[in-house]
This record gives sequence, C-alpha cells and structure tokens, in this order.
Amino acid sequence: MLQANPVSAWKVFKQIIQRDIRVASRQRSDLLNPLIFLLIVVTLFPLGVGPGPDILGRIAPGVIWVSALLSSMLGLERLFRDDFRDGALEQMLLLPVPVEISVFAKIVVHWLLTAVPVLVITPLLALLMNLPIQAWGVLWLTLLLGTPVLSAAGAIGVALTVSLNKGGALLSLLLLPLLIPLLIFATAAVEAAVVGVSPAGPLALIGAFMVLSITLAPFAVKAGLRVSVN
Amino acid sequence: MSDKVAVPVLLEANELMSIRGERTLFSDLQLRVQAGEIWQIEGPNGAGKSSLLRILAGLLPAQAGSVSFQQQLISEDREAYYQNLLFIGHKAGVKPELTAIENLEFYAAVQGVELKETPYELLAKVGLVGLEDIPAQGLSAGQQRRIALARLWLTQASLWILDEPFTALDVEGIALLHARFAEHLKAGGAIILTSHQELITEFYQVQALRLRYQH
Repeated sequence: MLQANPVSAWKVFKQIIQRDIRVASRQRSDLLNPLIFLLIVVTLFPLGVGPGPDILGRIAPGVIWVSALLSSMLGLERLFRDDFRDGALEQMLLLPVPVEISVFAKIVVHWLLTAVPVLVITPLLALLMNLPIQAWGVLWLTLLLGTPVLSAAGAIGVALTVSLNKGGALLSLLLLPLLIPLLIFATAAVEAAVVGVSPAGPLALIGAFMVLSITLAPFAVKAGLRVSVN
Repeated sequence: MSDKVAVPVLLEANELMSIRGERTLFSDLQLRVQAGEIWQIEGPNGAGKSSLLRILAGLLPAQAGSVSFQQQLISEDREAYYQNLLFIGHKAGVKPELTAIENLEFYAAVQGVELKETPYELLAKVGLVGLEDIPAQGLSAGQQRRIALARLWLTQASLWILDEPFTALDVEGIALLHARFAEHLKAGGAIILTSHQELITEFYQVQALRLRYQH
C-alpha cells in the first residue's frame, strides 16, 4: 500500500509565503501601483488645498489614512484572484492541513507585500503633509496596527467576490463600511498626538481590531472560499 | 497479513445527488473504488462529470449522499483524506510566474514528499528538459499540462482524481501517462478520471461509470 507522510502546518505556512513572495517578485508592477497611487495622492494634496502649513497639518492624518485605505483596496483583489484563475486556490483547499493555516499565510504575505512598503514611506508621507513631528510616531503606530486589519478584512471580501467577474465595485461596497471605525479611531489617535493628548485610547481600540480581525478572519475566509470555488 | 484479505475499498460514494441550477445532474449514484482499480467517468458535456469529481474530492457539497475514504466520511477526517488524495482539475494549479521546477518543488513540499531524485530527473521523465528555467506562462498548453501531471510522479497519494488528464497532451505524453497509471495501480493505488477518449491500453482494465444527460 502507498503511504503518504504527514506534513506539518508550519511547513505549509512557510512554503505558501515563500511561493507567493517569489510570484510577486516576478510581477512587480502589481505591487508598485498601489504604492505609487498613495504617493501621488499625498503629493497632490498640498498642491490642491494650498501650502498653508496649519491647514495641511490639520488634515494630514485624515488624508494619509484615507489614501492608505484606498490604495490598499486597489491591490486587494490579487490576494486570491490569480490563484482562483490558475487553480492554485483549489489546490490550497485540498492541502492536508487546516484551510485556516493556508489562509493565514496568504493574509501574512499580503500584509508583507503591501503594508510594509507603506510603513517604510510613512515618514515621507508625513513630511509631505507637514504633519507635526510629535505625531509621526503615532501615525506610524496606527498604520502598523491598522494595516493587518485591512489585509484580514480584505481577505474576507475577496474570498466572497473572487468568482465574480466584476467583483471590484462590490468588494469596495462590502469592505468600506467595515473599515470606517478603523479610519475614525486611527485619525483620532494621530490628531490626539498632534494636540498633545495621550493617544492610548484609540490606539488600544485599533489594537483590539487587529487582534480580532487576524484571529477570526481566516475562518470567515475559509467559508467564503468554499462558496467561491463551487 | 495473508493474501486472502479482500481488496481494500479506498473510496465509497453512497446515494449521491447533485443539483446544479435547476437541473438534477445525477441522483442515487453509487461508486465503490477498490485498490488497483481505474474508473472512467463517461458522459456527454454537461452530464456532471466534473461535478462528480469535485464532490468526490470534497470541493463541492453534494445535495444528498455521502463520500467516505477508507470507511471514514471525508467531511469528518479531512486531513487524512487529503494526505492520500491527488486531485488535478481543469485548472491545474500551476503558477504561471514560476518555473516548472519551482512549481513542482512547492507541491512536493506541501504534500510532505521527499524528493528521491533531483527535479531535473523528474522533468526529464515528463519531457520538459531544457525548459526548467522558463516561467510556465512561456510554455505551451501541453507543456503546462505536463508540469501539472509531473506531480503524479512525485506523489504518495493512493487515490488520484483527474479531470481530463489527456487534454492538450501529444501521443507521447499520453503513452507516458498510461505507463504511470499502470505503475500506480500495481502499487495498490486507484484512479478516477474523466476523458472523452476511449482508454485503450493493454496495461489495465478500465471500469466505466456512465452519466446521462438529464433534462
């Protein structure tokens, strides 16, 4: 009789991350486009509203967060779209480890590839928007805590819409309402830091969003994918 | 163990029913696949061949009935089933950005297979030598199919479910596949496949399950 070896969940997790990073490194424009979009929007704002330093500093948290949110929506579909088209998604559901593990790996890869570059250029964005320097750290922190929510909640939306040909508009419609609390608390935290109040409250809430979304999203994504591959 | 032991039943489907849209594809379908058997699902387009394979693989829920692998319901012991199942569907799961070797190494690793030979030897077997550094998207349809089917050489799964494995393959590729099938059946494996071609081969006996188009 043939006997197959068991495979560890951790190994599958690493393999998926490795493969997806390799795939992404061969289609770089997909990765760069959202980042360039983010940079362009943030660069255009000072030109559009005028370079008055106080007005820019005041709207900076909102502008940076709204642009980050929209740019993440731009690249979101590729989370499962390509895998759906070439059949890799089907194969992922057939791996001998819990689907949640593979889904979590996909979310982690997406975060690494989309959010880390944003975190790297955050100081540049803050500078362009003339954000008071005492708020830079908090802005960075809100993005660090908030971007995993974007990836995790985004994965749920993509899992549900991946089999639809024109799922893009539906995806934004599904997701944006879910992300509004994140936007409100993130900008509240940065604004608190700007005026010199402790941002701990909203930051703690964003942290809670993050923990909640990355732990529960894989289960929802699994259910969504089951429906989509039918 | 004595030789008298009955041939083990690998996969058993009971009273399966599938409805797609408004149409009943099949109902009361029974299937018993024993070790060493190859089953061909036949039927016209739209008769539900692919749906049946996807139900057997656990990708699609059946409206009624149950599927069990080695006497275990597949919904109850999912991991044990997928340890022993190799499913290759219409969309083969080959990443077009990766080379043949990268694709195969990924599938070997996630299925817990230790490569006994170098990936080059494996590629030589399926006739992809010299193409190992080209991303799969630069290869022809038949060559991409060969990458997916190369997984048959590095799997330890006992049950193979293959949807139209011969599509896009040339004569030589088809012969290669038949030889591999024979080897697998001899080792105590089983195969369920769909194909529009008559499987004519001296290597093994094909069991047929015929689905009819129901209005």
